[in-house]
Amino acid sequence: MTPALTFQNLTLGYDRYPAVHHLETSIVSGSLTAVVGPNGAGKSTLLKGVTGALVPLEGRIEISGVKAEDIAYLPQQSQIDRTFPMSVIDLVAMGLWREIGAFGQLNRKGRKLVDTALSAVGLTGFERRSIGSLSGGQMQRALFARLLLQDANLILLDEPFTAIDGKTMADLLDVIKGWNDEGRTVIAVLHDDATVRAHFPSTLMLARELVAHGATDTVLTSENQFRARQMCEACASTPHICGKDAS
Amino acid sequence: MIWDLIIAPFADFGFMRRALLGCIAVSVGATPVGVFLMLRNMSLTGDAMAHAILPGAAIGYLASGLSLGAMTIGGLIAGMVVALASGFVARVTTLREDASLAAFYLISLALGVLIVSTRGSNVDLMHVLFGTVLALDNAALILLCSFASLSVFILAILFRPLVLECVDPHFLRSVSKLSAITHFGFLALVVMNLVGGFHALGTLMAVGIMILPAAAARFWANGIGALIAAAALIALLSSFTGLLLSFHYSLPSGPAIILVAGIVYGLSVIFGPVGGLVVQNLPRRHFES
Repeated sequence: MTPALTFQNLTLGYDRYPAVHHLETSIVSGSLTAVVGPNGAGKSTLLKGVTGALVPLEGRIEISGVKAEDIAYLPQQSQIDRTFPMSVIDLVAMGLWREIGAFGQLNRKGRKLVDTALSAVGLTGFERRSIGSLSGGQMQRALFARLLLQDANLILLDEPFTAIDGKTMADLLDVIKGWNDEGRTVIAVLHDDATVRAHFPSTLMLARELVAHGATDTVLTSENQFRARQMCEACASTPHICGKDAS
Repeated sequence: MIWDLIIAPFADFGFMRRALLGCIAVSVGATPVGVFLMLRNMSLTGDAMAHAILPGAAIGYLASGLSLGAMTIGGLIAGMVVALASGFVARVTTLREDASLAAFYLISLALGVLIVSTRGSNVDLMHVLFGTVLALDNAALILLCSFASLSVFILAILFRPLVLECVDPHFLRSVSKLSAITHFGFLALVVMNLVGGFHALGTLMAVGIMILPAAAARFWANGIGALIAAAALIALLSSFTGLLLSFHYSLPSGPAIILVAGIVYGLSVIFGPVGGLVVQNLPRRHFES
């Protein structure tokens, strides 16, 4: 039960307004964790903190056994310019950046890996299509294929199933399950309780502060959800300098 | 007849051959950069940069007259300072890139106008603004060709990170540290090509040969490689035709070249096979699903 991630008194935020407040918990290596909570609970902020894009206002995130390049991150709204003339295969092959880098060539072995990843997400035959011609669901499949190729030990997904139909979601959940079976640590921000209950063994509920973290059944209770909503509403009131910092 | 129209001006006059070589160098160097500017929605950045290099070139001119070296170095320094400062502000603060670039280029431009109007009212300074493609000497040609070669070489090295920086900058930042280097390297290429271009076409027209062929090429090609090839081809064609027009009708050569590129652009908008107006309105059978 070694932790992959340890949050120590972690406070993350924007312009001194905390979005994650004094979070103290750890994510077990190889676990499959859903992060849930109301809007504005700091879920996306937490993932950004883990990627290093956001420097903690206080406390720290300890990442063990994983280097920075070993973290794969799928943002909520990927800022991909889909008008750029690029084919699906080129987009997906970027997942091999660690192997081929800025100058390497996509050799036969790499090409095979790309083909495998494309078939795993059901996009075989789309190689030469331009990314601008893909539907929302197909684009998400392509981004999952790229994540597959990144071969990362820690995978962070920020609301990967927003505006995704049931079939695509089922296929992508299979991919996530595959990662879990291979011993990778997966953390996904999700909103649909049914999906979390069915596919994610552990859950971390946030409302800026930690509400509960543990086995999904024990965390996803109506009391916890009520408490989370209340906490989020409470912290929307006038800000004052946090007193917990004194210790 | 055709010989007289097309070949003779270059066969008979050395300055036309030099002008053509200069234009080829500018076309080959600047158009790939222009394609990336267009794809990054930064087409107007080229224009801003062209204004930004003015004070550098003016200071160079005032320091040592119409000296190729001084004006080149001055222009490079002014362009790089504006590129670095605006890029720095955009990356470190919440101000967007376009706003911070606008701020710095306007400061730079004002400085340029101030220097020009207080210190010199020399006709030679018109060369900076409008270029001297028909009077390129050996040193200028060597400079143009070196800049073009260097630009193509650097672009080849930066190519993959640059594509990724255009398509998905956050992904590039998550997998490598090349993001900042790529961004500033690219801006340096823009500055370098504009400084090279102003010797031939002038600071204002140099942007034209960078952007117009790229914009026109968008109507002819889909892939990034094909776009660059099409843009370079259009630039070469425009240079050749523009020089001939300026020769036969005694027109200023810089604007003639850019106007030809403008005509090609107009025709591309209408007749281009990739999303041109005509094609869009033709009845076309779609693919089977």
